Amino acid sequence: MPRLIAKSPLAGSWPVTHGGVSLSELVLEGITSVAVLPGGQNAVDKALKPLGVAFPAPGRFTEKAELRLVWTGRDQAFLLNGALACEGAALTDQSDGWACLRLEGAAAADVLARLYPLDLRAAAFPPGHAARAALGHMSSVLMRVEGGFEILVFRSMARSAWTELEHAMQHLAARAGA
Amino acid sequence: MRLTCPLCGERDRREFYYYGSDDYLRRPAEGAPAAAWDDYLHNRDNPAGETRDLWYHEAGCGQWLAVTRNTVTHAVLAVDLVAPVAQKRGRK
Repeated sequence: MPRLIAKSPLAGSWPVTHGGVSLSELVLEGITSVAVLPGGQNAVDKALKPLGVAFPAPGRFTEKAELRLVWTGRDQAFLLNGALACEGAALTDQSDGWACLRLEGAAAADVLARLYPLDLRAAAFPPGHAARAALGHMSSVLMRVEGGFEILVFRSMARSAWTELEHAMQHLAARAGA
Repeated sequence: MRLTCPLCGERDRREFYYYGSDDYLRRPAEGAPAAAWDDYLHNRDNPAGETRDLWYHEAGCGQWLAVTRNTVTHAVLAVDLVAPVAQKRGRK
């Protein structure tokens, strides 16, 4: 059987840097929605134990090495780069539905401040924090990691998100005279 | 105006969709008299003071919220999740 080559959502968009902030695509090894069923929390906690991550509190993510579990809603989280089998939750494969963008650099929070109505300064939104919020008018999952941010957007909006972010980076760099 | 979503924290009003009075949470039982349905669907108070209405956190966690606020002072007094209450009422 022929082996098909998967195309990443932003294939063809090469990393860009403006004013010391870099934007690139992050290709994830699978996204699974973990929606806890009523009364299923104990079973989910038990199934997560061998993975080494706990179910995240609202607005947080937990991780171990490459594997990450990020809060995305009430009784719901996305498992990134991992697999889970559990009766206590409705598990759905979301891998092809989302694109992941990575923004790095000292002024990354200033770039996002132009697009997110959130306080993203390190004191208010340190690594390990996550938010469901709109990037411009797009639904997104925003995560603060060491050295930058990672943003999940619907795959269909990947290029719009990329363009919006790059514009914000350019505007900020122009202001700084960089 | 800002609403403090119990899950997402303090967010701008524009992230939310306004639905209407929390009367919508008290749907009459099957076979209720016409007057009860009339009240449920059409008759609304317009208080100068405390009121409670439903908002949807559209740009955030996607939860329905019951917001208690004062229409005179514009103070937002409480924001509660609707889902746990609805579940308790038997829609399991």
